[in-house]
Amino acid sequence: MAILIFYIIIFIAAFYLVKIASSFTKSQDDFTSLKTVTFGDESAVSPNRAASFISVIAVFAIWAAFTGSKLIPIHVPGPFIGELSFSYTAMNASGQTDDADVTITVYDVQTGDIPDKLDIEPGTGFALNDTDQIITYRSGLIKVQKNDVGGKDKGYKVIAVNGQEILPEQEIFVDNARIYMTRKGTLSVTPEKGWQMQPVWLPAPETVWSRLVKVGSEGYKNFTLLEHLGWSLIRVVVGFLAGAIIGIPLGYAMGLSGWFRGWFDPIVEFMRPVPPLALIPLVIIWFGIGEQGKIILLFLASLWIMTISARAGVSGVNIAKIHAAYSLGASKWQIMRLVIVPNSLPEIFTGARVSMGVCWGTVVAAELVAAQKGAGMMIINASKFQMTDLVIMGIVLIGVIGYAIDILMRISENYLVPWKGK
Amino acid sequence: MKGLSINNISMRFDLKNGSSVQALKDVSLDIDEGQIITVLGPSGCGKTTLLNIVAGFLAPTEGKVILNEHIVQGPGAERGMVFQQGALFEWMNVRSNVAFGPRMKGMSKAEQDEKVKHLLEIVGLADFEDKAVYELSGGMQQRVALARCLANDPDVILMDEPLGALDALTREKMQGLVLKLWKETGKTIILITHSVEEAVLLGERLLVLAPRPGRIHKEYKLPFAEMGVNVDLREVKKADGYTETRDEILSIIWEMEEEIMGRAEEN
Ligand SMILES: Nc1ncnc2c1ncn2[C@@H]1O[C@H](COP(=O)(O)OP(=O)(O)O)[C@@H](O)[C@H]1O
Ligand SMILES: [Mg+2]
Repeated sequence: MAILIFYIIIFIAAFYLVKIASSFTKSQDDFTSLKTVTFGDESAVSPNRAASFISVIAVFAIWAAFTGSKLIPIHVPGPFIGELSFSYTAMNASGQTDDADVTITVYDVQTGDIPDKLDIEPGTGFALNDTDQIITYRSGLIKVQKNDVGGKDKGYKVIAVNGQEILPEQEIFVDNARIYMTRKGTLSVTPEKGWQMQPVWLPAPETVWSRLVKVGSEGYKNFTLLEHLGWSLIRVVVGFLAGAIIGIPLGYAMGLSGWFRGWFDPIVEFMRPVPPLALIPLVIIWFGIGEQGKIILLFLASLWIMTISARAGVSGVNIAKIHAAYSLGASKWQIMRLVIVPNSLPEIFTGARVSMGVCWGTVVAAELVAAQKGAGMMIINASKFQMTDLVIMGIVLIGVIGYAIDILMRISENYLVPWKGK
Repeated sequence: MKGLSINNISMRFDLKNGSSVQALKDVSLDIDEGQIITVLGPSGCGKTTLLNIVAGFLAPTEGKVILNEHIVQGPGAERGMVFQQGALFEWMNVRSNVAFGPRMKGMSKAEQDEKVKHLLEIVGLADFEDKAVYELSGGMQQRVALARCLANDPDVILMDEPLGALDALTREKMQGLVLKLWKETGKTIILITHSVEEAVLLGERLLVLAPRPGRIHKEYKLPFAEMGVNVDLREVKKADGYTETRDEILSIIWEMEEEIMGRAEEN
C-alpha cells in the first residue's frame, strides 16, 4: 500500500517536473506542437522518453528504497536494530509490587554475527532485571518472571509496563517496540519492523545481482545458468519449428482446397481456443515429463497459430494479383511459389511472433510443473527453498529473453518482409 | 481473321440464397486489331464481369469469346490485364515485376533485363529497375503495371479502371501515356472507366452499358483518341463536338443512375 502511494506520488511529481523542465527548452518547430487538437488524435501521442526513463528509474528506486539497498542513500525506515529497553512492574503473591528493567538486543541475522549476551546488574527487590535477544522482523516471548523471586508462585503477575497498566491480551507501545501480554500473562515483544520488505519477500537489487553472478558462475541444481536458459530456448525453438513445419503447409492446404478446409476446420477451430497450459496434464500422461512431452506441448501451442496464420495469408491474397499472374502466363505451381507464398509471408511472420511468445510462456509454465532443467524449473525450485532473490532473478531473465525474442522477430520481419503494411 | 469477337455473351450469377443476378445479357461486339474501346456504365452494370469473361477468368453462361480465331477458354498471355491498383507484386522490385511475363516464358536473364529497360523508358520510369514497388507513388505503380503488361507482348490489353485511384493531375498524364502506348504498340485495348471524360478522350469506340441486365445501350465512334495522340489532351477538350458528346453521355448515365435509385426506393 505504501509502495503504491509512493509510486503515484513519483508519477505525478515527475510529470510536473518534466513539464516545467521542458517548458524552458520547448521546440516549436515540430509538426505536432502546432496541432491544436491533440486529445483523441492518436498520431499526436508519442511516448515521452523522459517518462519512460523516469519510470524505469522509479521502479528501481522504490525497489531499492523498500529493501534497504546499499545502492541508494535514502530508504524508507528499516527494522529497528540495536538495544531497546523498558521497565515492568510485577506484583507477587503477597500483593507487593516491584519494578525491574528489561534490555533487548535486536539483531539482523542476515549479517551473520550474533551479538553476545549482555551483562546486566540483577537489581534490587524481588523483581530482577532481564535481558534477551530478538532477530529483526520476529517477536520474542520474554519471560520476565523466570528469574524473579517468587516468580513461579500462583498469584505472581506483571501488572504494568513503563508504568502503564497492562492486562492479558492488551498491548503497549514503548520506544521501538510493541509489547503484548499473552493470555497467560507473558510479555511478547515485537521490535519495530519499519516499512522495508523482508528479504524473503523481496530482496534488495544487489542481492539479486549477486545471486545472478553466483548462479552464473556456479550454476544451480547440477546445471549452469546458461544450460537452464538454453534448454528452455531449445525447447521453444524446436517446438516452434515443428509447429511451423506442419502448420504452414496445413494452412496453405486449407486455404487452397475445400476438402482440406472442411476436414481440418473443426479441429483447428476447436483446438485454437484451448490454452496450451490446459494440455499439460494430458501431455504428461501420454508422453511423460521428459523432453518429448515438452516439445509436443510446444508443437501443439504453435501448430494452430501457424496453421491459422498461413491460412489467412493465402485467403488474404488480392484476387487481382492472382488474375494478373495468370494473364502473364504463370502456371499453378508458379503462382503458388511466386505469388501465394510471398504474399502470405507477412501474415506468417505475425503468426510466428505470436507463436514464439506463446511458446516461451508455455515452456516456462511446463517447466514449473515438471523438469530437471530450464528457467521455469529454476524458479519453482528456488521458491521451494524461499530463495526469493533467485526467483526474482529468474523472472527478470525470463522477461528479458521473451522481450529479446520479440525484438529479434521484429528485426527479421523488417528485413525479410519489408513490404508488410505498405 | 485477326481481332476480338464477343458473341452473344450472357452471364448469370446464381446466388447461394437461390436467387440469381443477370449480370450480362446477349452482349455482342466485334473489335478490330488495334482498336481502343472504352466501356462506360453505372456501377454494377457488368463492366468488370464482361472484362473478366474476355480475360478468361469467368466462363459465360452463354455465348463465346473468340480471339484471332481461337475460342477463349481460360486466362492466357495473349490477353494482358491492368487492374486498378494492388495487383503489383510487392515482394519484387520494379524489374522483377516487369520481367514476370518474360520469365514465365523462359526468356533469358539478359533478354529480360533489356526488355525491362526498354519498357521502363517507354512508360517514363527509366532507371527505376531496383526500386521497391511500395516506395512508388500510385501513378508510378500504374506505369509499372502497364510496363508489366506490355512485357508479355499481348494481342489485347484489358484495363479495369486502371486510373480510377489516381488524382486528377496524375490521371491526365496517364491518359496521355495510354494513348501514346496504344499508337506506338498498335495493341487492341479495352478500357473500363467510370469517368465520362476519360471514356470520351480515350475511346475510338465508346460503349455505354445499361444495367439489369447488363447490355450495350449505345455505341459512339469518336475522333478524340486519334487527335489526342498528337495534341495535348487539354486541347482535345476544346475540339468540336467534344463538349456535346460528353454532355450527352453524361445525361444518359445520369438517367440510368436515377432509374437505379428509383428502383431502389420502390423496393
Ligand atoms: N461473383 C459474383 N457473384 C455474384 N454476383 C456477382 C459476382 N460478380 C458480379 N456480380 C454481380 O454482377 C453485377 C455486375 O457486377 P460488375 O461486373 O462487377 O459491375 P461493374 O464492374 O460494372 O461495377 C453486379 O450486380 C454484381 O453484384
Ligand atoms: Mg467494376
